Amino acid sequence: MSGRSPSSTRDRRPAARRSGTTATRVAFGAGGVLLVVVVWELYKAIGPATGVVIGDLTVLPRTTDLAMPHVWDMVGRLFEQTGNGRNAQPVWLAVTQAALFTLGVAAVGWVVGVVVGLLLAVLMQRFRTAESAVLPWIVLSQTVPLIAIAPLVRRWGAQLEFGDFTWESWMSVAIIASYLAFFPVSIGALRGLNSPDAIHVELFRSYGAGWWRTLLTLRLPASVPYLLPALRLAAANAVIGTVVAEVSIGLRGGIGRMIIEFAQQASGDPAKTWAPIFGAIAVGLVAAGVIALLGVLLRRFRRGEVPA
Amino acid sequence: MSEASATAAVQVTAAVQVTGVDKVFTAKRKPSVTALDSIDLTVAPGEFVSLIGPSGCGKSTLLRLIADLDTPSAGTLTVFGKTARQARIDQEYGIAFQQSGLLPWRTVAANIELPLELHGVNAAGRRKRSAELLALVGLGDFAESYPDQLSGGMQQRVAIARALAESPRLLLMDEPFGALDEMTRERMQTELVRITGETGAAVVFVTHSIPEAVFLSNRVVVMSPRPGRIRDILGITLPGTADRDEHLREDEAFFENVSRVRELLHGEAPVGIKGVENR
Repeated sequence: MSGRSPSSTRDRRPAARRSGTTATRVAFGAGGVLLVVVVWELYKAIGPATGVVIGDLTVLPRTTDLAMPHVWDMVGRLFEQTGNGRNAQPVWLAVTQAALFTLGVAAVGWVVGVVVGLLLAVLMQRFRTAESAVLPWIVLSQTVPLIAIAPLVRRWGAQLEFGDFTWESWMSVAIIASYLAFFPVSIGALRGLNSPDAIHVELFRSYGAGWWRTLLTLRLPASVPYLLPALRLAAANAVIGTVVAEVSIGLRGGIGRMIIEFAQQASGDPAKTWAPIFGAIAVGLVAAGVIALLGVLLRRFRRGEVPA
Repeated sequence: MSEASATAAVQVTAAVQVTGVDKVFTAKRKPSVTALDSIDLTVAPGEFVSLIGPSGCGKSTLLRLIADLDTPSAGTLTVFGKTARQARIDQEYGIAFQQSGLLPWRTVAANIELPLELHGVNAAGRRKRSAELLALVGLGDFAESYPDQLSGGMQQRVAIARALAESPRLLLMDEPFGALDEMTRERMQTELVRITGETGAAVVFVTHSIPEAVFLSNRVVVMSPRPGRIRDILGITLPGTADRDEHLREDEAFFENVSRVRELLHGEAPVGIKGVENR
């Protein structure tokens, strides 16, 4: 006789959340940030001014105000003016504007990357030969340094011309961001599209459902648990890609350019350098938050999801 | 002349007609495996036929051929007079596997409605049908639950309801109760007898449990492995399937039939302990 328990399938429910209530989790998050601040200030207080050097190698940085400004100086600098000129405005406002600009470009890059990544995954799922032909190129594409493709994209874009449409620099940046963003999406989506069990695929075959119906009703919903981490990675990549490409292409208005500009003033105004870095972090957090929201909206498709 | 047309009529009305079917699996650089060897089998409309045999006797393969999830290497196979492929496209059969195969992101009702949805039945019609089927399998209160909130037996009932969604004249079941515990299993068998009685569908039922095959079937097809062949087909001498209930399990006639199937499975002279094959 079978000794299997009747409740064996019932016990497969998602495990209870590891970290208790929302309040506890928020407290832990805030504690983590506080810890970084404390460690920073502690080292600055007790560390040697010349830094810790072993042989010729600097292991820990100098603790001068130039190298390591106080945390309160960095924060305080946000609420002062950018400079003495006519265009002076509070640093936080300038950083926010730049961050929003960067976020917008990154979002465009993310959307383009997600669409391209999904299309590639569907193509590879549909045709085995496409998978063997395209997948190595997708992997290879990510080994090309960003710095190398930035000028190429700009040059190609500048040659584009139809009707009233003119290629603008921000589009080049968005394309580079999408170049980084499509990769995790295509890989994750391919795994997700192939994730349904044989029994599900055969069930759809027994219903006489064609490839297209099977894709929409079975494969796409089944790929959501694989797709969400891929979308999160893509968002992070799109933000990094945008910031770096802004520098490579020389696009004004975003965080990338601002980091370079403020860094050039670091010798006289070290705390100011950190303002756009905080901006970049904020952009990353907003991007991650949007994906988390997406995960909540799609939670129906994550039932029985095994924590990775 | 009249005799010929009578034979033709019988063939058209047969739920499943399998004639001289072979299935050989070939793989590169491996010896080919003969899973089925010259199989002949006829299932009448409304008849409950079980396929029983040890692992590797090709009983699941035969079911998959009928379902057109695989194609025979030789021979012909028709379902209600159509090719297996046409019968699949026309939704002549409903199918249930050992795993329920429910889609985890759909509610119980939406899972049952899945085949109807794929074939363009409108929302109101789907609602009505899924409510009927949920009542039939005794899960009326669970329409809006998700599969992971149900026990294994309940999931399997949903899968059976889904297989019945389009009122097929033929049900194909591949060890649907194989993963259930013995008590749930016997209750499900009694329910299946009732459900098939109410729907009047023919059933091809794969199992490796002798009592299960005897309890459910009009006829039991005993198969032997390597190569997969039909050893014998045994008519079950029990009351009509609609009149079978729990008391039958205690009946002398039930044990007699179980012994007959067991002897066929083990050859004419049974040796050794047989209880282990009793699942």
